[in-house]
Amino acid sequence: MLSILADTMFFPPERSTVAGSVDGLFDFIYYLSLFFFVLIIGFMVYFVLKYYQRPGHTEMPSPSHNETLEITWSVIPSILVGVIFFFGFTGYLNVREAPENAYEIQVVASKWNWVFKYPNGAESSDLHIPVDRDVKFLLQSQDVLHSFYIPAFRIKMDCVPGRYTSTWARATQTTGSGLDESAHEPLRLFCAEYCGQQHSVMHRKVFVHETAEFDQWAEKAANILENNPPEVAGEILFKRKGCAQCHSVTGDNSAKYPGPPLNEQWGKERQVLPRGSSSPITVTMDENYVRQSIRQPNSEIVVGRKPGMTVFTPQLLKDEEITAIIAYLKSIK
Amino acid sequence: MSTITPETHIDSGHNDDPSSNYLTSSSGFMSWAFTLDHKRIGVMYLVGIFASFFLGGVLALLLRLHLMVPNGLFGDWISLDNYNQLFTLHGAVMTFLFIIPSVPAALGNFVLPLMVGAKDVAFPRMNLASFHLWVFGAIFFLIALVTTGLDTGWTFYTPYSIETQTNVIAATIGAFILGFSSIFTGLNFIVTVNTMRPPGMTWFKMPLFMWAIYATAIIQILATPVLGITLLLLMGERILGIGIFDPSMGGDPVLFQHFFWFYSHPAVYIMILPAMGIISELMSVYSRKPIFGYTFIAYSSIAIALLGFLVWGHHMFVSGQSPMAAVIFSGLTFSVSIPSAIKVFNWTATMYKGNINLATPMCYALSFIFLFTIGGLTGLFLGALATDVHLHDTYFVVAHFHYVMMGGTVIAFVGGLYHWWPKMFGVMYNEFFGRLFCAVVFFGFNLTFLPQFVMGSRGMPRRYATYVEEYQIYHVLSTIGALMLGVGMVGAVVVLVVSLFKGRKAPANPWGAATLEWTCTSPPPYYNFEHAPHVDSPYDYSGLKYDAQIGGYVKDPNAPKPAADHH
Repeated sequence: MLSILADTMFFPPERSTVAGSVDGLFDFIYYLSLFFFVLIIGFMVYFVLKYYQRPGHTEMPSPSHNETLEITWSVIPSILVGVIFFFGFTGYLNVREAPENAYEIQVVASKWNWVFKYPNGAESSDLHIPVDRDVKFLLQSQDVLHSFYIPAFRIKMDCVPGRYTSTWARATQTTGSGLDESAHEPLRLFCAEYCGQQHSVMHRKVFVHETAEFDQWAEKAANILENNPPEVAGEILFKRKGCAQCHSVTGDNSAKYPGPPLNEQWGKERQVLPRGSSSPITVTMDENYVRQSIRQPNSEIVVGRKPGMTVFTPQLLKDEEITAIIAYLKSIK
Repeated sequence: MSTITPETHIDSGHNDDPSSNYLTSSSGFMSWAFTLDHKRIGVMYLVGIFASFFLGGVLALLLRLHLMVPNGLFGDWISLDNYNQLFTLHGAVMTFLFIIPSVPAALGNFVLPLMVGAKDVAFPRMNLASFHLWVFGAIFFLIALVTTGLDTGWTFYTPYSIETQTNVIAATIGAFILGFSSIFTGLNFIVTVNTMRPPGMTWFKMPLFMWAIYATAIIQILATPVLGITLLLLMGERILGIGIFDPSMGGDPVLFQHFFWFYSHPAVYIMILPAMGIISELMSVYSRKPIFGYTFIAYSSIAIALLGFLVWGHHMFVSGQSPMAAVIFSGLTFSVSIPSAIKVFNWTATMYKGNINLATPMCYALSFIFLFTIGGLTGLFLGALATDVHLHDTYFVVAHFHYVMMGGTVIAFVGGLYHWWPKMFGVMYNEFFGRLFCAVVFFGFNLTFLPQFVMGSRGMPRRYATYVEEYQIYHVLSTIGALMLGVGMVGAVVVLVVSLFKGRKAPANPWGAATLEWTCTSPPPYYNFEHAPHVDSPYDYSGLKYDAQIGGYVKDPNAPKPAADHH
């Protein structure tokens, strides 16, 4: 009965090979704690009820120390915490060292975006992994500390700027079948280390596929420009390259989005300040304007906004990718 | 050695009327602001600390209300930026301005010299300087609050703290100054305990509160300078770009964490050790039994102070430090749990065959044992590496440290305040309302933080302004609990404030305690004692008899001399 309580109350579903042993250790500590808690509080309540001050009751003589008792209650907890330490430590080495030949995914964290890069060149903003296969996550950060956390796998590791860290997992169940994401019940991936303004929205979905389906997905994801209509490819790139972090596509003009909204803008005129000038000029949002705003974002700043967008060089964004993004921007209403 | 010759105080214009006490001996703003009297300094600290606690508490309630619904209850009024500043200031104000100075600087200042039977601490001027530094530090915090805020979290982790546009400099200057305040207090207590104990008060006849304060003081003077250096380096990083923590200049952001926790983990013991000292006093006095296992408790305070220096790395199990370091820090972390467990067992055993007076301070002491036991046991989940990886930076951690810091330190602080209140202000509070609000605090506290263990182990990360819907139920429960806790805390303070105006006059020794502070009148005279007090065993209650006429305890002249006096 109690074990059902601990299993259902405290845990997200167990979806990795290490989750079971982590939960096992958690349960062990939980019951041990419960035992000592009941023991201590039980004695406390019993003593209060038995010895509370009431007419006619006085304190009675009793020893003010007892070495046997005190040594016993020092040594027994020492042994128990030694056991907890040991299982904690073996379980930890398990999640730190990825097995050899693990499938390696690079995880790039930035404010406030996750990019997952696969060995075949595919990139994604939600995480996709194959089931029943060791997957190593090689973590890096482009700016501040972030932390890669998948509760269902019981893994977490900080992404530290200037160095690589890693963790790994082997998923035990798929989240659904097919390449249609709506047929899945994805797991959660959180950023667990405070990283500034949008820390709490830096979470993504985790999709676990059958091996064959995963290969299919990775193949498609590696060639998004070929495998998708231009608007669809543009939308994928818009999210993956981090544009969606700063530009609303719903007309939201609040401070949540430092950049101007981009829906219903195609062909419209806007006021911009050329660099070094104080008098605004009027430009039309067209192909050349968009391309320049991506390649040299600080050359003309929309009135009322501050410069600050990443400069997208051809290494970061190819010309044909810009073309796809332009197709997407034309399409959003 | 037992008494100090009265030196010329700035407020030496006090009157020598025997009916006057430290509160009435002189008046006017200057007689308080520049007093060298440890009791007045303690009272001023108390006022400052309560103002900080109130500010931190209001911030906490705003946070909890905001978190009632997944996207924030207040809509745009509390934006993501505002939320980040709120939780940062809640943590920074509570840690630096309230909880670190609460027991040592406010209660310790008032009680310690009285316990030693002395007229003041060893360095009264340094004591005053410590308070003034606290005020300056607090001003810098307020500057940060009203200018651009602060959004780094109270831990100031780099590199975020190097690049954020908020007022990191004002806050770090504030914390730097507060560090000196803390060092001055600690130094003063060490010298006071070492040199001013009266004849007959050997180390192992000291009240356990003194042991706890002494152990705390050791940490204060050894660890706080490291925080000072770390904050200076952080300022250097922001202003001069020296590049020691900044990865874009080849620095190491994890190095900052090592420096920071080298102070801030021992700081946890600065917070909890004095609280444990209070509980040792309360459990004994209100059970009317000598404390069980005095020597083990005394040594465990020192053990905690020393081992507390070796465990800082357990904050960094997922930071990318080497697995070897993590394993060593995990092992050491468990070693510090043993002395804490010993104390809990000893406190419980003290009640055996006692005559337990369920006065308000005892109710707080019993709450403390309940809450601190939960806080301590949940630490086991975090000290164990495999479970910590999952629980790190989730609400499980938030719940754990609130059980230790608030369920532990704050509850003990309030209990101690109720215990010494009659001595401090010479009035008795209303027991019924005192106990009632203690119960409200207890239930409100558990309703606030128990659900957080559950949502944390289910994966809810901390420091989130918004969250996914599946966690809402726990947030709702937690917020309702926080409102109840707020009502209880305000009520507990109101009971004390009302007693100042309506309370019956307190006798010298209302609880029948055997420590020296209860041998002077309530409130104490300006020079504390009219005659040098006679030192008895601090936990021998056999010589004290209740006198219904004065409503307090008096020495029974017919009582046999306590056996402890013979050696």
